[in-house]
Amino acid sequence: MPTQPTLTGDATDPTGSAGGTSGPPGVRSRERDRPARGPVRPGVFVKIALMAVVNALGVFGVLAAWREGHMGILAAMVALVVVADWVYFSRRTLPLKYILPGLAFLLVFQVYVVAYTGWVAFTNYGDGHNSTKEQAIEALLLQNERRVEGSATYPLTVVERGGALGFAIVEDGEAKVGTADDPLSEVRDATVDDDRVTEVPGATVLSRQEILRRQAEVTSLRVPVSDDPNDGWVRTQDARTGFLATPTLQWDPEADTMTDVTTGTVYKATSDGSFRNDEGQRLNVGWRVMVGFDNFRTAFGDERYAQPFVKILVWTFAFAILSVVTTFLLGLFLAITFNDTRVRGRRVYRTLLIFPYAIPSFLAALLWSGMLNRSYGFINQVLLGGAAVPWLTDPWLAKLSVLGVNLWLGFPYMFLICTGALQSLPGDVLEAAKVDGAGAWRTWRSVTLPLLLVATSPLLISSFAFNFNNFTLIYMLTRGGPRFADASVPLGHTDILISMVYSVSGLDGTAAKNYGLASALSIVIFVIVATISAITFKRTKQFEEIS
Amino acid sequence: MVTTDVTTSSSTAPRPDENRMPRRRWFAELGWRHLVGVVAIAYALFPIVYVISASLSEGGTLTGSNRLFSEISTSNYEALGGTLFWTWLGNSLQIAIATGVGTVLMGAAAAYAFSRFRFTGRRVGLTSLLIIQMFPQMLAFVAVFLLLITLGNVVPALGLNSKIALIAVYLGGALGVNTFLMYGFFNTIPREIDEAAKIDGATHAQTYWTIILRLVTPILAVVALLSFISTFGEFIIARLVLQSERNWTVAVGLFGWVSALLEANWGLFAAGAVISAFPVLLLFLFLQKYIVGGLTAGAVKG
Repeated sequence: MPTQPTLTGDATDPTGSAGGTSGPPGVRSRERDRPARGPVRPGVFVKIALMAVVNALGVFGVLAAWREGHMGILAAMVALVVVADWVYFSRRTLPLKYILPGLAFLLVFQVYVVAYTGWVAFTNYGDGHNSTKEQAIEALLLQNERRVEGSATYPLTVVERGGALGFAIVEDGEAKVGTADDPLSEVRDATVDDDRVTEVPGATVLSRQEILRRQAEVTSLRVPVSDDPNDGWVRTQDARTGFLATPTLQWDPEADTMTDVTTGTVYKATSDGSFRNDEGQRLNVGWRVMVGFDNFRTAFGDERYAQPFVKILVWTFAFAILSVVTTFLLGLFLAITFNDTRVRGRRVYRTLLIFPYAIPSFLAALLWSGMLNRSYGFINQVLLGGAAVPWLTDPWLAKLSVLGVNLWLGFPYMFLICTGALQSLPGDVLEAAKVDGAGAWRTWRSVTLPLLLVATSPLLISSFAFNFNNFTLIYMLTRGGPRFADASVPLGHTDILISMVYSVSGLDGTAAKNYGLASALSIVIFVIVATISAITFKRTKQFEEIS
Repeated sequence: MVTTDVTTSSSTAPRPDENRMPRRRWFAELGWRHLVGVVAIAYALFPIVYVISASLSEGGTLTGSNRLFSEISTSNYEALGGTLFWTWLGNSLQIAIATGVGTVLMGAAAAYAFSRFRFTGRRVGLTSLLIIQMFPQMLAFVAVFLLLITLGNVVPALGLNSKIALIAVYLGGALGVNTFLMYGFFNTIPREIDEAAKIDGATHAQTYWTIILRLVTPILAVVALLSFISTFGEFIIARLVLQSERNWTVAVGLFGWVSALLEANWGLFAAGAVISAFPVLLLFLFLQKYIVGGLTAGAVKG
């Protein structure tokens, strides 16, 4: 919700200030004394209208967060609304009026998300460790229930109370009502007819049709007998008789253990967020805990991950560096070729050569994956006359294909920037070299190339950083394949770090979810890219440009 | 060798004897360039020619697409009507346009503030932006996914499977690289213009909307276009966020076609690819001049 207020807030900002603040600090005091004269600018109305929308959406969000009991979101919403109102109605926040909209998005969807990634990297978040300990215990008890043998059945009525379904039963002549969140409790004024509750004050009895309509809800409803989940709950299969079901696990809050009542095995809560017995067996539902550097240790130490990780790390660097080098060399060569003003039709050449760059890269990668198909692809069938070269299924050829496709995609960009750099070379320096008697080759090697590299190196570095995380190309072309033969995790020879993160996270459904490990790998990538960028920024002195 | 040629030839530009150059020398100096050019264009264009031909073939299988232009039929394009392709394309356009516009509005406003006002925290702000932008949002997709699950519990419009949520996520990266690109450009607009406007009684908002924004239109176009293109082709976050088939973008949808049944859907894919590449390609060629300027100012294809 923080997003919408700020999105509209953006338009507010400058118009808004049209009515309010203006002028340099010196003028301000005089302006404030001056009574508002002349026609009110229309911008004021726009601002008020937009701020009204922002506040309305904000209040809606706050109420929704309150209803869901989500205090974190509630606090963030309140803060955003208050700050937005302060910024756009105060006279002292001129720069913030312009920065706030983008900043709000940045804080929520980038800064917070990055910080959250950092936190998840130190937890065991993932399949089997999804939520809090209370929820895990509840889930375990629910998953391991059984009907209590020989227990009585109760005449049962399905009721609806406060919007939630519940059961009304008669036990020892007393009427009791309860819902999923509200354990069974005695109700005095209920009407009992022939051992069956027929009317409950404050609740409606469901008709037969309604029960049929909500059958699934009714049969999955569990109404706890008491506040202690170990006591079990009432369930029903026919909506007319209820039976008592208890968990086969017994939860002991004092000792922090789960006991399997059928086998007598005791599972102790451990610091890794699960219940474990003495033999090391774990119950299948655990909870989220901080695990320190375990995820990083897994990435570098656990042989299931460490081996592919090292291979993938090396390939990621090789891929990123080779991509930059090959595209740069081809682009530079073409730029030189067409840098002669005597060549006719240079504009046509340039326009046609840009084409690959203008094709969205996901389309290009998918297109090439078809053309490189071993049995039916255009490359094998037409260009190579029916050869069945395994372009995408042999480890080395797949790597070569990835580089080749990236060359096709990337050379126009390099061609453009090299052309630009060549054309902006200072003529006098070249002239001077000529006067000093340098030959063509010498001038090129000692003057042109160094100048060209200075001009393009920041772009080469950002191109490296881009290719380091070029997920789309890898995923669309090979999906990381061919798979490592020995690995128990779904990773392959052309996977780069980012596609490894994607597989490990399990969000594509091919493996068990492991958010913790995936986030840890994200952090590793960030550290690598940030280190390289920091070095470059230092060298290119981009920091100093901020005056 | 080449560069020296440039300076000499440009200083002595139109030589009358140019056409009468001996053939051997002509080839050594110019002819090979045309040869390289033709080879390079063939390399650059053959996949494009191939996909157009495949989209026009009757059968629509991968094998059938290998004989270029052996048959011309619009059946693949017609078949697109029976799929969700147009819905996906519409989604992609909505999302990419909204993101492009939002990015430009927010980035330009921030760049204006950093360029024109001197305030406490300005240096820190710019430096932090530079650092934050090093962490691509894509890397944090797990956290994005978890955040949207939580937000969706409170406000469904901002949860998973919502296009608005996806746009909001993309806009989270609006300030990053773009602010710097625009900041540099804003700095090249003389401040005297602001001063003059102020003396004439304009508020800073009037100056911003009516004067400055007009002067920086080229960079706005570049940022909008680059943002549009990168959003249009974004896959990883779009695939996580947009879960129901009707909400997919072209990138997610076409990937689904090709990854599941390469052989059967090839003609459909080719037709879809041609259609979705077409607007971007046209925009690109149309705005070529600006883009080249924008690229050399530091942007990378996304």
